[in-house]
Amino acid sequence: MIAKWLGKVYIGIVMVFLYAPIAVLIALSFNASKSRVLWTGFTFRWYRTLFGSSAIMKAFGTTLALALLSAATASLIGLFAALGIYSMRKSGRRVMLFFTNIPLLNADIVTGIALMLWFVRFLPLGFSSILLAHVTFNIPYVILCILPKLETMDIRQFEAARDLGATTLYAFLRIMLPGLMPGILAGFFMAVTMSMDDFVITYFTKGPGVNTLSTLIYGEIRKGIKPEMYALSSVLFLLVLIILIAVNILTGSKEDKYITKNKEIG
Amino acid sequence: MKKTIAASLILIISSLCLLPGCGKSSSGGSLTVFNYSEYLDPEMIAKFTKETGIEIKYEEATTPEEMYTKFTSGAIDYDLLCTSDYMIKRLIDEGQAESVDFSSFENYKNIDPKFAGYSKSYDPEGKYALPYFWGTVGILYNTKQVKAPVDSWDVLFDGSYSGQIIMQDSMRDSFMVALKYLGYSLNTKDENEIREAAELLKKQKSDVSSYLVDEARDEVVAENAVMAVVYSGEAYLGNEYNPDLEYVIPKEGSNLWIDSWIITKKCKNKEAAEKFLDFLCREDVAEANFEYIYYSTPNKAVVDSMDDEFKNNPAVVPTDESVGNCEIYEALDADTTALYNDLWKEIKSE
Amino acid sequence: MKRKRMQLLSIPYVFWIIGFTVIPLLFVFAKAATSPEGDATFGNLIAIFDPVHRKALFLSIELAFVSSLVCILISYPAALIIKSSKIRNKKTLQFIMILPMWMNFILRILAIQMLISKNGIINHFLTAAGIGRINIINTEFAIVLGMVYDYLPYMLLPVLNGVLAIPDDIIEASKDLGADRFTVLTKIMLPLSLSAIGSGITMVFVPSMTEFVIANILGGGKIQLLGNVIEQEFSVSMNWNLGSGLSVTLMVFVLLTTLIFGRGDSDKGRGFVI
Repeated sequence: MIAKWLGKVYIGIVMVFLYAPIAVLIALSFNASKSRVLWTGFTFRWYRTLFGSSAIMKAFGTTLALALLSAATASLIGLFAALGIYSMRKSGRRVMLFFTNIPLLNADIVTGIALMLWFVRFLPLGFSSILLAHVTFNIPYVILCILPKLETMDIRQFEAARDLGATTLYAFLRIMLPGLMPGILAGFFMAVTMSMDDFVITYFTKGPGVNTLSTLIYGEIRKGIKPEMYALSSVLFLLVLIILIAVNILTGSKEDKYITKNKEIG
Repeated sequence: MKKTIAASLILIISSLCLLPGCGKSSSGGSLTVFNYSEYLDPEMIAKFTKETGIEIKYEEATTPEEMYTKFTSGAIDYDLLCTSDYMIKRLIDEGQAESVDFSSFENYKNIDPKFAGYSKSYDPEGKYALPYFWGTVGILYNTKQVKAPVDSWDVLFDGSYSGQIIMQDSMRDSFMVALKYLGYSLNTKDENEIREAAELLKKQKSDVSSYLVDEARDEVVAENAVMAVVYSGEAYLGNEYNPDLEYVIPKEGSNLWIDSWIITKKCKNKEAAEKFLDFLCREDVAEANFEYIYYSTPNKAVVDSMDDEFKNNPAVVPTDESVGNCEIYEALDADTTALYNDLWKEIKSE
Repeated sequence: MKRKRMQLLSIPYVFWIIGFTVIPLLFVFAKAATSPEGDATFGNLIAIFDPVHRKALFLSIELAFVSSLVCILISYPAALIIKSSKIRNKKTLQFIMILPMWMNFILRILAIQMLISKNGIINHFLTAAGIGRINIINTEFAIVLGMVYDYLPYMLLPVLNGVLAIPDDIIEASKDLGADRFTVLTKIMLPLSLSAIGSGITMVFVPSMTEFVIANILGGGKIQLLGNVIEQEFSVSMNWNLGSGLSVTLMVFVLLTTLIFGRGDSDKGRGFVI
């Protein structure tokens, strides 16, 4: 009983740690002052002016498009790559994982400038160059999320299905994919997150006039971050939170069924 | 299996083709403009496009070096670029700047003629650079916590405000403070003088709360530090947020800086670029840009029509007297730059 | 045969690696192996032995190591607690834990700065409560705090994934066979989630090693990590050659360190960390 209680307190402390700065930012979105270090009163003003700020809304659209497209592409390539790597022998796997780690190993500024020097040779810098860069640094995260799932998966079920006459594709879709789904989703979510968060690589690979929220914010530090930016971040954040909770309520019962079904098989 | 590979490739390729960016055209042509961040009122860009039909692709950077990197990589062909004096000099020396006949501008008369004198060091014939904003470097301090009047760099080095000082996290500006305090020129190439300044900065490090660039003003406003070395343009807004803040140019002298526009050699539409520069000189435009950022403007017409509140504030309108012993940065030669770099790294890792 | 065909699935990725990882990397190598004048040199590669760079490297390793350790120490117990709890939708909890990353990185770091500043929010509460003040801004501690905050989700995600994936049957079976809690933890749980911890370490250690924004804002620019030096060389000193040389050596060090971390795991040939 005490252990349970302590456990809850522990998770609570971790949550407070994770969410305290978020709370600060949400509070700032209601701050009447434009300065981030002074509190002069409560206002909804920034939420009203937010939608009139074309620079912010345009950057938001670009950020979202980049995040979703790059995460989807990275998830697809990453899923296939993970399956391929999983089926490789030790040496092949090592080589692949070595190269997978490289985008993670380089300092962002080095990756950014190297990609810029390379892209300039065959591609006008713009949205597509940022997208290519984002897919590049997203794939490793997807692979790192899917591979552990593959390793803990019982491959014999898949082989049994094939032995019983299922096509590879059918066996994959029916047996492996459901098991891999949490890993794929986690990878996708992670990729979206990384893409939304990146500044340095985006900065060097972007073309003129294209802005993401990150590049916009970075430029604003000097004069003071526009309060609309806090408002947008808060809206975005709460939106994702609500979607998650909604998904939780909708699929909660379904997942239970899935677990019991799995147990029966096991 | 093959199908899925093919499908994945198709998806990747099609997603690339879907992207925006190609085939956009506008009536009056377009200009790619590179400027410091938050340095131009976005409404003025819209206004320019409305008046002339010329589309503006606007790009921002925070440091001259960042601009230089992006500019010289050739990734983007910038038509116009606004940066600091010593970087302007470098670009002119490298043949990157297009010469402009400013006298043909309708509104060039608004620019205070004294800037022709100031710009001698980086643009001797006045052929390339159009001054945009200017100012000094000084100390922004909190009069509540600093009782004695501040008039010297001494206050940063005598240890009386240990742990409460913010220095500029920029090599040249930090060395400038030490060199001026020691009574040397901020453009000195004398190795001993530079080393002496570095020693002083190393000794000072334990008294420094932090080295910042963009956040320095906010930190003093929030009273996380009692004084900071800042650009004069930060002083007005600092004082707006916290009336206890005061800006001073120390008596030993300081740096006078001028940010200017150049038209680059890569510019394909010089006529449009000149129109843009002329537009920036117009009184109403220059005034809007001044009120957007409150940095000192070289536009005499704007200064003349300002309220006294601004006119009498040397942080907003520096007087000839206050900039009397201020110097403009000159580009350093390669050896001196290397020495600066090494010493600055030593200071920072002390 | 089947195995071979499955391997072909990684072909798009191989092309991607060549096109967007290997070729840009060659640019970096080429820069690293030449002087700014364009002559071949080893100078940029051995520049790491310069006292200033060496100090920055050791400090980077130290702070990245401490950050990774703290992240494991926070994440693993959290994962165990969540696994044993009766929360129905554990995946959602996992997403909630990485959700803070949807707030922009720079905004989050600025928020931490506001929390721990001298005249910051935490100190306001502490003084109001009469407890005194904390003075951690602009120290190495503040940088570690920032790194742990920022990278904790990278550790939580794989560790939680790994621990939740351990079948309950195995744990129950071992308990039935008389294993105590400690044995279950050390002989069952830890070995089975080692690969997850490995990928967590990669995801935390590596960015901490190359990071410079956190050190700049929370360290007040007073503490120089190798990431800061590299960034300076690229963006201020404009010595791309030295910057590239230092990055190459940094990559080697990161590779070595992750090799050491990932060792026990990769011996079994199922590791993540190379």
